Amino acid sequence: MKNLIATTAMAICLALPAAAESYQPDPNAKSGGNIVITYKDDVATLDPAIGYDWQNWSMIKSLFDGLMDYVPGTTDLRPGLAESYTISDDGMVFTFQLRAGVKFHNGREMTAEDVVYSLNRVTNPKTQSPGAGFFWSIKGYDAVASGDAETLEGVTAIDPSTVQIELSRPDATFLHVMALNFASVVPQEAVEAAGDDFGKKPVGTGAFSLGDWTIGQSLVFAKNQDYWRDGIPYLDQITFEVGQEPIVALLRLQNGEVDVPGDGIPPAKFQEVMADPAQADRVVEGGQLHTGYITLNTQMPPFDNAVVRRAVNMAINKERIIQIINGRAVPATQPLPPSMPGYTDGYAGYAFDPEAAKAMLADAGFADGFETELYVMNTDPNPRIAQAIQQDLASIGITAGIKSLAQANVIAAGGEADQAPMIWSGGMAWIADFPDAANFYGPILGCSGAVQGGWNWSWYCNEALDAKSTEADAIVDPDRADERLAMWSEIYMEIMEDAPWVPVFNEQRYTMKSARMGGADALYVDPVSIPVNYDYVFVTD
Amino acid sequence: MAGFVLQRLFQSLLILLGVSIITFVLLYWLPADPVRQIAGRSATPQTVENIRQQLGLDQPLWAQYWRYLTGLVQGDLGRSYLQKTEVSTLIASRLPASLLLMAGAIFAELLIGLSMGIIAALRRGTTTDQSLMIISFIGVSAPQFVVGLLLLYVFAVQLGWFPIGGYGTFSHLVLPSMTLGILGSGWYSRMMRSSMIEVLRQDYVRTARAKGLTRVRVTFRHALPNAILPIVAMIGIDIGIFMGGIVVVESVFGWPGIGQLAWQAIQRVDIPIIMGVTLVSATAIVIGNLLADLIGLLIDPRIRTR
Repeated sequence: MKNLIATTAMAICLALPAAAESYQPDPNAKSGGNIVITYKDDVATLDPAIGYDWQNWSMIKSLFDGLMDYVPGTTDLRPGLAESYTISDDGMVFTFQLRAGVKFHNGREMTAEDVVYSLNRVTNPKTQSPGAGFFWSIKGYDAVASGDAETLEGVTAIDPSTVQIELSRPDATFLHVMALNFASVVPQEAVEAAGDDFGKKPVGTGAFSLGDWTIGQSLVFAKNQDYWRDGIPYLDQITFEVGQEPIVALLRLQNGEVDVPGDGIPPAKFQEVMADPAQADRVVEGGQLHTGYITLNTQMPPFDNAVVRRAVNMAINKERIIQIINGRAVPATQPLPPSMPGYTDGYAGYAFDPEAAKAMLADAGFADGFETELYVMNTDPNPRIAQAIQQDLASIGITAGIKSLAQANVIAAGGEADQAPMIWSGGMAWIADFPDAANFYGPILGCSGAVQGGWNWSWYCNEALDAKSTEADAIVDPDRADERLAMWSEIYMEIMEDAPWVPVFNEQRYTMKSARMGGADALYVDPVSIPVNYDYVFVTD
Repeated sequence: MAGFVLQRLFQSLLILLGVSIITFVLLYWLPADPVRQIAGRSATPQTVENIRQQLGLDQPLWAQYWRYLTGLVQGDLGRSYLQKTEVSTLIASRLPASLLLMAGAIFAELLIGLSMGIIAALRRGTTTDQSLMIISFIGVSAPQFVVGLLLLYVFAVQLGWFPIGGYGTFSHLVLPSMTLGILGSGWYSRMMRSSMIEVLRQDYVRTARAKGLTRVRVTFRHALPNAILPIVAMIGIDIGIFMGGIVVVESVFGWPGIGQLAWQAIQRVDIPIIMGVTLVSATAIVIGNLLADLIGLLIDPRIRTR
């Protein structure tokens, strides 16, 4: 922690959890070996400014680094390419001290100019980054986003090893933003040499570098021998084989040809695998930052009536829905998943009570129920879950027709104010981008998301809560972090009072691995790197 | 004959143009917005608009199509929305695998289908004939997804004769080819059977038998070449059926061909890839039909003199 002691005249706050740097890798970890990981879909891109699906997210994490990072297997921040950082009193200026001697895969040393270039690149509209909006709080963001400026006013390289970032508004989530893949540091010369193909020819500072990429077949990651974290990574090589159906991947795992099936255990085989002790032994279970929910469109009658929404909340039998997915989830009581900081412990949510729900509907003037529509994505198990919801609704007199559509069409319907009265979020449910309570609000429950093409499918917009969220995120002092989380907890409790959602379940993650895979279980259900934290796992043979 | 070929070539180009227009318009009318697929769920409306503008998707339909067409005639299929890679590169890297699979499948279906058809024709009316025809019926009706997984389970997992999916060696090719071949063989066995029966009835076959030739010689030297003629022309038309089949089979066996590419692109509304694969498939089908006509022309003098 010595390095973290401030050297500048600025008033200092250290935002680091004490445990962060003291992460102890497994003492039995062995270097060497090559593992095979399979995926069904091709890897679209490895450009950290572009890649935004759960498959390439963790791959990019292993090829690139940002200023901030997470302690493996946890949601705790730790410094990455920044060796230390200071935050000004008012929370508006972050100064990052970079590690010395960090080299890109092309051999060049990383400097503060690269950090500046990378942030300018990701926010530039020409880059078409889906993550550009995360950087809204940096001073000068608006000018770059609108194309009026090429560089962010707030980002400066003070000297080759110091970067200063000035914000336009205090943002308590800013360090998490700097740990997003979108904030990865890339070398300008490699980006420019590759042009649009940088996503196929990535060059970063990460624990692995890209070796061979045979499109449609396989990618090979090779160990970065010069990686700046000593002794990391353990594996010499990772081979990602793409185009493999999950069921085929499982057969190959059982045959000893695959180490981790990246798409998980296929639902149809789940019970069979878990019933066999030898196989169940190699399955790691963990929480993930996910909530599955039903949105109730608050702009469309009768869901504009909060009493109706509460009644629906009480009509849904969550346990039975969880049975449909073989028990691979826990019932949800609120928008935040239990492993997320800010989760309200002890809140029981709406109890399952169809009789009371029916009485409430009658009070609201719907004694005979009403007809509505439930939109759902058309891949298993979502239509089956929709049927269960349909039955639950029928038991209180609501007749819901199921609209089972392709994912893109459901998303499109949700983004219109008057199209989808109810949507089951399965297959499109919110998984946090970063482990902070704020990440479950803005786009999906805040006013900013309740716009055409937005993701707030409840069209729920509570100005008072928006103001409160802004207030909470202005609390950047780490000593007041608990106060901030308490505010977020209140926000979500007030949302539950208004009931724009029926939170249904929080999915659990199950990662299966071959017998030779080593490393703590937490690495196999890492909340940030899915399916596994490639940098820290190892093989035992 | 040159005139006939030229005329057919011109027709083929018109068909491809039509295919490109229809596909483009259908994709344009799709309720799903590709920009939102690219932008993801955290993007601000501003980011979404920026991306829409960058890709020219804010332009009217005709302007978008015109831009696509001008690129197309210069051999430019555009870049994938999500991968940012040239569509031509993506297709070129996957086409050889699909062509190989197609060759394997044609071989498999001819081998299975023609043998079954010949045997059934020679044993016409017997239980052998009936059983073969029932088998071919099942072959035609069975979903390829099921056949593929079944073959994979029996021959790769249980018996271990072949690898469990993948690409690279001859043994990787066998099971996916068989899966596609079983479907096609149903048609071929039936066609071969009736064609063979037809030929065996002809006078020249009876004459050949009468002059003392062995049954085997008559079958293979005299009857078969004539019976097989209408079948050869079928192969070209078959390419269209394969294009549909490879989407499923490539997914089951992890075969890195264009079917897999199309399937993934459809799920993500990656329009340039969908357009590219559709056009390449359409070209293959058009060429297949053209070849079928030309082969028919070469082997059947009656068409030539027309």
